Amino acid sequence: MIDYNERIPNNVNLSENKTLQRALEQWQPSFLQWWGDMGPDGSTDYDVYLRTATSVDPKGWAHFDYVKMPDYRWGIFLAPQEGTRKIHFGEHKGQDAWQEVPGEYRSTLRRIIVTQGDTEPASVEQQRHLGLTAPSLYDLRNLFQVNVEEGRHLWAMVYLLHAYFGRDGREEGEALLERRSGDADNPRILTAFNEKTPDWLSFFMFTFITDRDGKFQLASLAESAFDPLARTCRFMLTEEAHHMFVGESGVARIIQRTCEVMQQLRTDDPIKLRAAGVIDLPTLQKYLNFHYSVTSDLYGAEISSNAATYYTTGLKGRFEEGKLDDDHALQDSHYEITDVEGDRIVKRAVPALSALNDRLRDDWIRDVQSGVDRWNRIPVKYGVDFQFTLPHKGFNRRIGIFTDLHVSPAGELLSGVEWTRQHQHWLPTEEDRLYVHSLMGPCLTPGKFANWIAAPGRGINNQPVDFEYVRFN
Amino acid sequence: MSVTTDNTQPVRQHLIDPEVCIRCNTCEETCPVDAITHDGRNYVVKFEVCEGCMACVPPCPTGAIDSWRNVDPATPHTLADQYAWDVLPDTTELDQLEASTGGAAATPAEVREITERATAGHGGPALAPWSAAHPYVNLYTPERPVTATVSGNHRLTAEDASNEVHHIVLDFGATPFPVLEGQSIGIIPPGTDAQGKPHLLRMYSVASPREGERPGYNNLALTIKRVTHDHEGQPAPGVASNYMCDLKKGDPVRVTGPYGSAFLMPNHPGASIMMICTGTGSAPMRAITERRRRRMHLKEPGELLLFFGARSPGELPYFGPLQKLPESFIDINLAFSRVPGEPRKYVQDCVRERADKVLQWLNNDNCYIYVCGLKGMEAGVIEAFRDICRAAGSDWDALRPRLLEQGRFHIETY
Repeated sequence: MIDYNERIPNNVNLSENKTLQRALEQWQPSFLQWWGDMGPDGSTDYDVYLRTATSVDPKGWAHFDYVKMPDYRWGIFLAPQEGTRKIHFGEHKGQDAWQEVPGEYRSTLRRIIVTQGDTEPASVEQQRHLGLTAPSLYDLRNLFQVNVEEGRHLWAMVYLLHAYFGRDGREEGEALLERRSGDADNPRILTAFNEKTPDWLSFFMFTFITDRDGKFQLASLAESAFDPLARTCRFMLTEEAHHMFVGESGVARIIQRTCEVMQQLRTDDPIKLRAAGVIDLPTLQKYLNFHYSVTSDLYGAEISSNAATYYTTGLKGRFEEGKLDDDHALQDSHYEITDVEGDRIVKRAVPALSALNDRLRDDWIRDVQSGVDRWNRIPVKYGVDFQFTLPHKGFNRRIGIFTDLHVSPAGELLSGVEWTRQHQHWLPTEEDRLYVHSLMGPCLTPGKFANWIAAPGRGINNQPVDFEYVRFN
Repeated sequence: MSVTTDNTQPVRQHLIDPEVCIRCNTCEETCPVDAITHDGRNYVVKFEVCEGCMACVPPCPTGAIDSWRNVDPATPHTLADQYAWDVLPDTTELDQLEASTGGAAATPAEVREITERATAGHGGPALAPWSAAHPYVNLYTPERPVTATVSGNHRLTAEDASNEVHHIVLDFGATPFPVLEGQSIGIIPPGTDAQGKPHLLRMYSVASPREGERPGYNNLALTIKRVTHDHEGQPAPGVASNYMCDLKKGDPVRVTGPYGSAFLMPNHPGASIMMICTGTGSAPMRAITERRRRRMHLKEPGELLLFFGARSPGELPYFGPLQKLPESFIDINLAFSRVPGEPRKYVQDCVRERADKVLQWLNNDNCYIYVCGLKGMEAGVIEAFRDICRAAGSDWDALRPRLLEQGRFHIETY
């Protein structure tokens, strides 16, 4: 007999909610089965130095110790309730936040939660083989930390489905474990989560860029009128930050290593640099372009009536809605989007409500840009003349205004012929991918790092960099 | 000889490593006192606001938050400095020194202001005596006070006295609240002020010795005068003093602190202590006296000399118990300024009367001097010291810096 209250750290009074407890008792074996099948490859017996949340206060949710991942205590945590929270945007503004799901929004909210929840197991599946080629124990540990936290985020969403959506919710909970990333018959819901994460450069780019989409989605759901969803997302954001750290610092360490070798060899010739076993900066720029443009699609069409409805009905706010100074209804305001007029790319003001997807995308772009700005300090430090740039919003898009158009990273509209001729300069080619792939191989001695990546400045939880972050048994 | 004591002790300033920080905002979100902010480049910590509570440290995904530099409290790294950094500044020789934790801001602003005023007489807190015990400070902040329970409250002054002074005992149960004689605590009165803001904390000196008002109990005593009029004599009921004086046994009280790391008693046998006080300034003197009284049986060398001023005997807190102390233990000199039919006598008059002994003590490295009470007495006492020195052909202004350097001269006046 498993004591679920003990087994599942929680702050939702799990032991007193028998219905929920029974539902999770049925779901947990399926989850562990899924983790065994689709979780990190061959990792079952490893002791991993992981951070486990055991409560929501700052001290409680950063408990570090060695854990075997199947024994990780996936907990259910909601940020603490703040008095009687009021809805602070949309047509219900000023009313009490909902503690139960209003009937008229039931299916929409369920879809929002399922879509968000689906990305969590999807990314674990995408990353499941990476452990075999980890560039260091430190990185392996970070990968596993990201994986178990994606698992916890799945738990968080399944908790909402089970606790508030009855039988439908339970069925959705099962379906979350049945879809598979990249599966032709039963794929994950969003395209970007069916792409492969074939190498560590892709993993770092993914956590830097795509998990940042997660941050902005969670942040806008953390404003929701449905209080349990808001509080769940609020707490998930604290963990999401670690994922972006893994990505940003991962790429930064690759840039640093390349710059070190460029300085030693006094060359910026990609051929010589590849011969020296590091990833040349133009190739890194191509990976950045790819992940940036694919993730940009996750925000949906620039003009969206769904987004307007979600906002007006209070289901999903803007990024930092509570800190914005306007009427929080947006009925009469406008927002400037990037549009195409004939053969020109132009700015156009549209009703702000219809442009909320694009607005969230713009918030995300600013955040990505500030990370790229920090990367750009590294070449400067090494005296290397290279700066990373984000491509134009219309570059390589499959959703929205730019779907059928060809736009260069600099923002010029191109003909199909021109795009075909040029795109290999902007997106990773098969040859680029093969080269990066050729570098991948395990480097698992404590304190040692693969040749293509620099050691981090600090260890995890103030441990030394050569700490044994993962023990193989 | 240097004129002032260099009593600049470095403090730990909390910083964020801009090289490692990924701007995830978790720290800003977590900080209970809004000490963290950011611009387009860096996340930064407000030195004056950060209490060093460490709430932001475990949640930081990068470890960038766990960065500290020792600085001169007068010149911390400003926000403008921090916004401009690409990397943390190099460590300095200050980082080799032991620093008080949590930065200057660990001490609440009102406590710093009151302390500044109280010690203005000698230009800020002096050094503690070399044999003082190490004090705990800032264990409980206004944001996270400890709740004590009133275990006693009785009036010290006579029923017909114009001043109503109370002896109040607070019990801390199982919560640690270590204090030394001479330290203060903060009291947060419940409710809000006229502007609807929570009341600021009020500071009171502890009147009991370190091992508790009742030895072996986790309690302490305060000496509190009910304030009914302001300095100009206009009716002005003091929020905190009335709240405290009206407390009943069993009532909860929100307490912060302890505060104070200078006005501490010497602990080495042979140290003599001169105490000059008026009114409720007697609180720390009572603590010191009580500490020594409880150790009387040890027959340690070192004398006590007390100058104590009040309007009349009935208004002298602890008058009864004082009378019972043997002369061999403490040399008591009382000054009453409002006894009918007698000339007004102030505490500095007593000091002058004992000029020979005072002079001898001023020049004895084993004698420590404590002055506590109303601001008005301070100038009078200093003037008396100056006159006593002059009469003996020595110079108070030359002696004073030496007293400060040796941690032998302490003033707290209000």
